[in-house]
Amino acid sequence: MNHTVIIGLEVHVQLQTKSKIFCGCSADFNPDHPNVQTCPVCLGLPGALPVMNREAFELGVKTALALNCEISSYTKWDRKHYYYPDLPKGFQISQFDLPFSEDGFLEIETNPETGERRRIGIIRAHLEEDAGKNLHDDAGRSDSQVDLNRAGTPLLEIVSQPDMRTAAEATKYLQELRLLLTYLGVSDCNMQEGSLRCDANVNLHIHQDDGHKVPTPIVEVKNLNSFRNVEIALEYEVQRQLEAFKATGIKFGDKGGHKTTRGFDAGTGKTTPQREKEDSADYRYFPDPDLLPVTVTEDYISSVREALPEFPADRRKRFVAAYQLSDYDVQVIVDQGRGFGDYFEEVAKLCGDGKQACNWVTQDILRELKERKLEFSEFPISAPVLGDLLGRITKKKLTTKSAREIFMDLLDGNGASTARIDEIIAAKGLAIVEDTGAIEKVIATVIDKNAKAVADFKAGKQAAVGALIGQVMREVKGADPQKVREMLIAALSQR
Amino acid sequence: MPADELTRDDVLKVAQLARLSLTDAEVGAYQAKLAQMLDYIQILHEVNTDDVEPMAHAVEVQNVFRRDETLPSLTPVEALANAPKTDGRYFLVPQILDH
Ligand SMILES: [Zn+2]
Repeated sequence: MNHTVIIGLEVHVQLQTKSKIFCGCSADFNPDHPNVQTCPVCLGLPGALPVMNREAFELGVKTALALNCEISSYTKWDRKHYYYPDLPKGFQISQFDLPFSEDGFLEIETNPETGERRRIGIIRAHLEEDAGKNLHDDAGRSDSQVDLNRAGTPLLEIVSQPDMRTAAEATKYLQELRLLLTYLGVSDCNMQEGSLRCDANVNLHIHQDDGHKVPTPIVEVKNLNSFRNVEIALEYEVQRQLEAFKATGIKFGDKGGHKTTRGFDAGTGKTTPQREKEDSADYRYFPDPDLLPVTVTEDYISSVREALPEFPADRRKRFVAAYQLSDYDVQVIVDQGRGFGDYFEEVAKLCGDGKQACNWVTQDILRELKERKLEFSEFPISAPVLGDLLGRITKKKLTTKSAREIFMDLLDGNGASTARIDEIIAAKGLAIVEDTGAIEKVIATVIDKNAKAVADFKAGKQAAVGALIGQVMREVKGADPQKVREMLIAALSQR
Repeated sequence: MPADELTRDDVLKVAQLARLSLTDAEVGAYQAKLAQMLDYIQILHEVNTDDVEPMAHAVEVQNVFRRDETLPSLTPVEALANAPKTDGRYFLVPQILDH
């Protein structure tokens, strides 16, 4: 049965502010000390007055601009009513009909082989407050506990168009979105701590023989709290809907074919039905009378736009052009995050060789981080020090082999500075011997001792040079092997 | 919706959304009162608003922000003071079944 998969994602991002969105309580993640970050505003006590956090608004505008959205000149806050123990007011302050931004897109790579890219539409991005956290007794015996530290922390909800056609595309979109958000510095996007949460709307268009397409009932899949879960859950759900349609023929809009909510269980890899979502009218949205509307000027938008950092997509293009790197290499560097890209660029500039800088950061550094189980931010060699080390290769003061040895020594915990590089070079005698006289002397001795190799070379066996280079290098530590090869060939040719 | 079409089921639905349990007598009473309100809205509908700009908020003031600074929060004891049930650290609520 031919079908097209239709996926749209709703992503909730916690914005990195110090205080909550409508009160001065700390917005820090603090699960170990429940109910220490609350006040009358975020507890919903009578008489409390919420006031908008300017920084939260600005982080929202930043993100919306980076997602190519239109910023509305007039926006307001609405109350969305529902009852749940983690929502103390009985309503969530959100944005309904006049969100602060709409109609953007994010470009993702849809085919890694061809590098084909496609725009995923963004319907809207709006601000709202987060709810608290319910902790359930899994044995089901006692009461549930409610921690309201998180209640009222700022959230940005980003709603995509149903533009994704595979589970892999949905994952790619989420990864690119996360990368962009971390480049912007608007959120730490820590999925374990819940600062990036994802729900997916998914259904299928079944292709009929007469050419028209029949939609299966739309399902909202909740609780996708890792990239892996997104992919597994969507693949499962697509298969499930296909089989359900084959078995029942129920299409979207039929009796029993309305939109439903399912939760993803990471343990079983399956989605299971959840409580029926109250439809939008039942949330009884109305404008929040305690909060004032926000008007936005063109000047304000320009000032936020000007302060935006370089986006990952632009950085990829620039790195390819500026440092003559492959698309693949640049992808690896940029996808590691903004700090990693900054590091690469500083090293590349200092050593004057982008390709070399790229090899070291994508191979040596990533390997060492993995082996030592370090975060990039904990990596002990700073960009100026690595830049200095690699610069010595570019300037032919050090061989690549010696530089690797020094690199490993710098990681041994005794400090990593340029002074230390000098010390290691001195202690191990790694400086390239530029005294060609000394090298010539050794070459002469080596040639005299290896009549057979000389004869082989004369007979046209270039390989014979290799053995001789090794012997010379053993005598003159720190000689540049390329230089030795050239000098050897010159000397042999004169015999 | 014209007020005379407001049914008992509508009243029960609105009550359920607000988590109110109503006696049969109350349902009847609210059916009448809500119908009156809807009648009143019907009157407002008669006003010609062709040249009136839509208003999203009743207050003229806009753009009131606070700086992103933290202020002292309540202590957990204060925060939990009004709760019907706590364990001293958390608010306690009856087992949530549908998680
Ligand atoms: Zn608060």
